[in-house]
Amino acid sequence: MAIDFSKETESGSSSGTPGTSGKGIFSPSIITGAVAGGIGYLFGHWMGNAIAGGYPQVIGSGQNDVAICLGYAFAVVGWFAGLGALNYPIKKMLGYEPDFSEPELKPGWTKYFQYTQDHKIVGIQYLFGMLVYFFTAGLLALAIRTELLSPTHHIWGPSTYLEIVGEHGTMMMMMMTSVVLGPFGNFMIPLMIGSKKVAFPRLEAASFWFTPISYVILLSALWQGGFQSGWTSYAPLSIQQGVGQDAYIFGFGLQGLSMVCASTNIVATIINYRAPGMTWNRLNIMGWSMLSLGFTMILSVPVLIDGLYVLTLDRTAQTSMLYGPHGGSSFLWENLFWFFGHPEVYLLAIPGFGMVAEIIPVFARKPIFGYKTSAAGMIGLAVLSFFVWQHHLFQSGMNPDMRPLFMLTTELISIPTGFIYLVGMGTLWKARIRLTVPMLFMLGVYFNFLFGGLTGVYVSDVPINVTVHGSFFVMAHFHYTIMGGVIFAFFGAIYYYTPLVTGFQLNQKWGKIHFWSMMISFNSTFLPLFAVGLLGQPRRVFEYAQRLQTLNDWVSISSYVLGLSLTFFVVTFLWQLVVTRTPAVRNPWGSRSLEWHVDSYPPPQHNFKTVPVVMAGPYEYADLDALPMADIVVENADKDVVRTGGKA
Amino acid sequence: MANFVLDESRSEESTKGHLTKILVIWAITSVIGMALVWFVLGPHLPPGTMTDQAQGAQFDIRLVSTLVVPVLFFVWLFFGYSIMKWRVRPGEDPLAPGANISGNSKAQGAWYIITTTLVLGLAAFGTYFLVVPAGAGGAEGSSPIWRPATKNILQVQVIAQQWRFTYRWPQFGGMETTSLELPNNTEIQFNVTSLDVIHDFWAYGLGVKADANPDYNNIAYAKTQQTGKFVVRCDELCGIWHGAMYNYGHVVSQAQFQTWASNMETQNAALTKLLPKYSLTYTPSYSGAGGGYYNTATDPNANL
Repeated sequence: MAIDFSKETESGSSSGTPGTSGKGIFSPSIITGAVAGGIGYLFGHWMGNAIAGGYPQVIGSGQNDVAICLGYAFAVVGWFAGLGALNYPIKKMLGYEPDFSEPELKPGWTKYFQYTQDHKIVGIQYLFGMLVYFFTAGLLALAIRTELLSPTHHIWGPSTYLEIVGEHGTMMMMMMTSVVLGPFGNFMIPLMIGSKKVAFPRLEAASFWFTPISYVILLSALWQGGFQSGWTSYAPLSIQQGVGQDAYIFGFGLQGLSMVCASTNIVATIINYRAPGMTWNRLNIMGWSMLSLGFTMILSVPVLIDGLYVLTLDRTAQTSMLYGPHGGSSFLWENLFWFFGHPEVYLLAIPGFGMVAEIIPVFARKPIFGYKTSAAGMIGLAVLSFFVWQHHLFQSGMNPDMRPLFMLTTELISIPTGFIYLVGMGTLWKARIRLTVPMLFMLGVYFNFLFGGLTGVYVSDVPINVTVHGSFFVMAHFHYTIMGGVIFAFFGAIYYYTPLVTGFQLNQKWGKIHFWSMMISFNSTFLPLFAVGLLGQPRRVFEYAQRLQTLNDWVSISSYVLGLSLTFFVVTFLWQLVVTRTPAVRNPWGSRSLEWHVDSYPPPQHNFKTVPVVMAGPYEYADLDALPMADIVVENADKDVVRTGGKA
Repeated sequence: MANFVLDESRSEESTKGHLTKILVIWAITSVIGMALVWFVLGPHLPPGTMTDQAQGAQFDIRLVSTLVVPVLFFVWLFFGYSIMKWRVRPGEDPLAPGANISGNSKAQGAWYIITTTLVLGLAAFGTYFLVVPAGAGGAEGSSPIWRPATKNILQVQVIAQQWRFTYRWPQFGGMETTSLELPNNTEIQFNVTSLDVIHDFWAYGLGVKADANPDYNNIAYAKTQQTGKFVVRCDELCGIWHGAMYNYGHVVSQAQFQTWASNMETQNAALTKLLPKYSLTYTPSYSGAGGGYYNTATDPNANL
């Protein structure tokens, strides 16, 4: 039954850095990328000064946004050229047939710092990238909480405080959109669908390599006065800002490009690269969530990029599209931004739900309850997410009779979200529940998201929105949905997949310490913030009412404990990967899903020796007559250890 | 396959027994929880009762908070019960199968119907309480569709700029004040606008919130019904001193308000002459970054 493709040509396979040449320090890597990016920046900056140095507004203000923007633009070109990403298209354009005779991947760590087309390496690059971005933005959050320890005594002062707020919000919101798609979508989806590669490996690689430069550019704002306009950067405030705002525009825009690349690849891969027998109703729920996510990204992100383009023109070319008194409208930015911004919130929720629905059946030893309901929930969220954006603008002065409509669409979102709860609850019903670390995190998602979801009813109800809009209540609400949802799912997925991704087992006891400390401190941090908001504290303020100090101090101290918990994770995670390195057992959780049935952990370069022929679904844990998911013959499979239900 | 212990026990367990237990505990705890929220927490919920709109918002928050209790408890109980009852205990085969249930059309159907009904009910409830109290204190844009029934409305223009609020009173000669005094038992129309970036006029105790947009008049209504002090905060990030952009207002008796307003009108007469004619929006002068809005005749920068 198996189809042998071991003799297939290696052309177009998923590894290496094709078309690259050069040896030693000149071989394309992160170093050559950084050097070329630096040269690109200097060139662009010089060019911008040459073009716009004489403009009246530049002479008057000493601020040349054209130079900064061109600097960033050429830095990106230099970065990709230095990484070797452009060698292939340039050779093609010049009429050469690129050299595909790539070497097999060498052992060692250097490949993780190169532009590579192996989906598993990209997944690992994403995993560590996301951890770096998450922890950077998390440290900024602690800086925010430090300022809010006192209503009157200031640590940072208003300007620096708002820089920190803007950096934290922007970095979290733009980077974390890929927190599941990047590491686990890229790594697992080809394995789950029985493919040896992704559809567009170059797009996938580009999607990752956009993120480090986006991160560096965004952080560079801190050295240039930052942007005191928050992650939403409403015009005309954002037009008024210094050059730090240009870093926001480019950082966010590059992350937008990254999302477009990543989602195009993942959608094409799932649609086209499924193994024989991998019908739509056998696709892992994770696959459905990535599909919903991918389409949502493809349709929403271009609107953001468009908005950023308009903002750039207003800032550099002195157009006036976003400023009312000169003929534009500040509502234009608000609508463009939120037309992306609200689907984006679901870009954060959907992969979290996908991860949860993927992992819970493994630890419940039951089929997923309502497979179609689960997939419909993801698709429903994705579709409805495009019809709710104006609920962010209920108090903006928008057309007043649109508000009942957007209140209705927003509340309708509760229905597909409810599907996800139904699926979780049904799957636990009469199950055999193993409270492993990944399972605890998934149950944590359900617990936390419940607060996020139910407080969503408050913010979507226009009369209540009058009180809670723009307050800490909203802030607590979305931290419950995003951090309590997708970030918990992300950590759960790390514990779940580390044996497969690295070949090393993580300590369950340490994992449980991490989970419980994170769960308790997270709730202790964000639950009181609902009260803080209801009692009248607006977001993004450095001064607040004296009577709210006790609550704020409680929150700040809890946030430090949360920081300690996450530090504990980093230390133990790295310790186990670098020092103790306990080898993983085969299929440690007893999953039926294809990704665990590979020859070795981490999986071999081309995933499967033969194309798997899929014979059953991934969740038939309780069906004793179920066939194994595919006809994979695993080398050295230890039958005593591997038991995946059915005739495995 | 050889290691599998055939264990059908989960599938054979009675569904009814478990469900009954969950529902009974749920009903009892929900009733207690709802009573506590409605009667104990309810009267203390924000934003208070200073205006008709604030009181409406308080009622809405109270009602939604009460309705949230049974939903929260149901999910908690269901998860808690399942974990307590069906978790793998030490010594049990960790990979033995659970019940082979991949769906249940009755349970799923009931879930769809209940959640849809709840959601539609909430949307209808929200719409009613938006329309009836004249926009519920929220922003209605420049042409409101839900207005107070009376024509006797006090006009207050809220002018936001980096980083302060000032107020203009068209019914008192177009004077501008830095403090906000409002008469009790009066319908008030707030005309909110900005001279520079987007701000937000949040009169917390009044239950009023409306963005202040440049070149745009954003209207919100409130009917005062109780005297006292309230805080006004900017609720939309507007730059460095956003956190310091707040002041306080008072709802006072109608007589006190009349006295205050006529005093202010007299005191400010000379300054009022320098102001541009009262208008629903203002375009800052050429060099008016930061919100200068002199009338052309007196603008020191008009010819720049």
